[in-house]
Amino acid sequence: MSQLMKVSSNPHVRSHITTSNIMLAVIIALLPAAGFGIYNFGLDALILILVTVATTVLTEYIYEKLMHKPVTIGDYSAVVTGLLLALNLPSTAPWWIGVVGGIFAILVVKMLFGGLGQNFMNPALGARCFLLISYTSIMCNFNTDAYSGATPLAQLKAGENVDILKMVIGKTAGTIGETSMIAIVIGACFLILLGVIDLRIPGTYIVTFIVFLCLFGGRGFDPAFISAHLAGGGLMLGAFFMATDYVTRPVTKKGQYLYGVLLGILTGVFRLFGPSAEGVSYAIILGNLLVPLIEKITMPKPFGKGGEHA
Amino acid sequence: MARLTFSGGIHPYDGKDMSKSKPIKDVDPKGELVYPLSQHIGTPAKPVVAKGDHVLAGQLIAEAGGFVSAPIYASVSGTVKGIEPRRVVTGDNVMSIVIENDGAYEEVEWPAAIDFDSEEYASMTKEEKLERIRKAGIVGMGGAGFPTAVKLSPKEPEKIEYVIVNCAECEPYLTSDYRKMLEEPERLIGGLKIALSLFDNARGILAVEDNKPDCITRLKHLTKNETKITVKALKTKYPQGSERQLIFAATGRAINSSMLPSDVGCIVNNVDTVIAIYNAVMEGKPLMYRIVTVTGDAIADPRNFRVRIGTIYEELVEEAGGFKEPPVKIISGGPMMGFGIFDLKVPTTKTSSALLCMTKDDVSAMEPSACINCGKCVEVCPGRVVPKKLAEYAEHYDEEAFVKNNGMECCECGCCSYICPAKRPLTQTIKSMRRMQLAKKKK
Repeated sequence: MSQLMKVSSNPHVRSHITTSNIMLAVIIALLPAAGFGIYNFGLDALILILVTVATTVLTEYIYEKLMHKPVTIGDYSAVVTGLLLALNLPSTAPWWIGVVGGIFAILVVKMLFGGLGQNFMNPALGARCFLLISYTSIMCNFNTDAYSGATPLAQLKAGENVDILKMVIGKTAGTIGETSMIAIVIGACFLILLGVIDLRIPGTYIVTFIVFLCLFGGRGFDPAFISAHLAGGGLMLGAFFMATDYVTRPVTKKGQYLYGVLLGILTGVFRLFGPSAEGVSYAIILGNLLVPLIEKITMPKPFGKGGEHA
Repeated sequence: MARLTFSGGIHPYDGKDMSKSKPIKDVDPKGELVYPLSQHIGTPAKPVVAKGDHVLAGQLIAEAGGFVSAPIYASVSGTVKGIEPRRVVTGDNVMSIVIENDGAYEEVEWPAAIDFDSEEYASMTKEEKLERIRKAGIVGMGGAGFPTAVKLSPKEPEKIEYVIVNCAECEPYLTSDYRKMLEEPERLIGGLKIALSLFDNARGILAVEDNKPDCITRLKHLTKNETKITVKALKTKYPQGSERQLIFAATGRAINSSMLPSDVGCIVNNVDTVIAIYNAVMEGKPLMYRIVTVTGDAIADPRNFRVRIGTIYEELVEEAGGFKEPPVKIISGGPMMGFGIFDLKVPTTKTSSALLCMTKDDVSAMEPSACINCGKCVEVCPGRVVPKKLAEYAEHYDEEAFVKNNGMECCECGCCSYICPAKRPLTQTIKSMRRMQLAKKKK
């Protein structure tokens, strides 16, 4: 034979799923929510999204160049982080909030811990919580031309009535990407159909949260109250796009159910008993920190040792 | 009824259409034939011929080197050119008997063939049947090469409840078992009947993947009067033909890595092996041939060949019309479990099932990147372990964590490496660590 053959250890074939395909699918799935945010809040929202995404991608690029590491922005994970972070910002936030948040997300939460796959908490959520603590007034300012005053969840907490239909569609105050339940669910269905995410975590998360509301919400089984809580705040965006983040959720199946239950309870505790109306971000971040422990106690039984039916 | 299967597994491109409609064709080797003395699990065989000897096809050239071993027979007539180290598919140099084919195909004299109704068969004891199987040099032809006579002699034969014929052929591209089932189903069923006669309490199962409906219909038709034999259709999924997964799908029983199929009353044999049992017991013929699929997008005319064991792979490529495009990767066996080879001048052995020639190589085309913890390896793992974590432990050489988290339960099927979006060599990493642990245990 004239030329040399490629030799490697088996298996010799690979599937066509790649990291960048998966990230691209997540980006596409976030577009309905982003699009609705821009429609709802106008040009401010668009600018903030673009600035944040540009910051996250540039931060990763510059860091890797300076550290003489292979540049990995081609896997689009920085775009996902930037987009998720922007969707968690209020449209009233100045552009530099996107820059500060973007740098924090990529540099501190992701790259300093070893880059993609090594971060122990969701970079976008880590940055959001950092911004919430550092710039509380900016992060909680939801007064726009279209809306004044509080988010539906804050109104609900204050005992006021909310318009559930508007909440489901998303014509309410809130962060750029969290208001429209419909847009988020459309994106989530796309990811579920592609097999990128499954319902294990979002399903148990939402069901646990509903049960928690019924038990401790003080309203019993009140469909209106429950729907308002589901459609309001960051629950949908959090459950489908942030709790399912591969890197920071448990890899074991049982662990994923446990994680979903934990998030449901934590969100309920924060929303009902905490000082803030919101609770999803903190619940997921806290859940992230417990992942190594959850994985440790939920290692599956192998085939032939009781695990064959799993 | 739920389809018979196991949890996990993958659906790679199966490529079987290239060769499945091609009937088995006989190939006569032109040049020398090479018989590695170690083409089975266990002690290498001991040569009983010397340089310069003239041998006939079907003549014993190496006897079993111990209990777990198998004899080797010449598949052509000719002259022994030498006994020397030759390269085999794994890349190792193995002591081999080399025979120059004289082209006459003179065979030894065979005993008269018998059938199931004959007095000779009726009077044959279990020990005599086993002795014929042992003497014929039959080994597990699915790939492992474990001597069949040893497999058929478990400690407590009365506890064997199922003799399963592995007709799954879940490995992509391979069609050799498929062709055998279509062309020689009577021998297959005959072989199973002989195997069943060794165990008083056993029933036979022909376990076929449901992508071969024609085989299922044919086998069902032929076994309709056999009360002890059933044909079971299994869901088409890789690795359905892996011994542990096959037993589970066919019987609902599960074994782990430290158990043998006989621990749950099962014995599993490959299609070709069972046919070889028939040929040995009823016709007194040793293992001289095997069916090899020569296929892949680099091959001009993909085909299934009846190959005289010892034939050099290069000759099979010529028989299949040569290369229509230059191959980049050549695999002895299927794409999931086969060996990548760099030289076509290696011999076919008792365990050769296919020669796959591909114009592209997925492995070198896709660079591994960081693990994103997606969990796909966990979803597809038929061993129900967590490949991602095991690979991590193996990379850090953390033996304790590797063993504690069931690293030894990996069956090396390759599903995790196949599915990984980051293209990480998970199976390969885990395999290296497993081999090191197994080697340690042996010491």
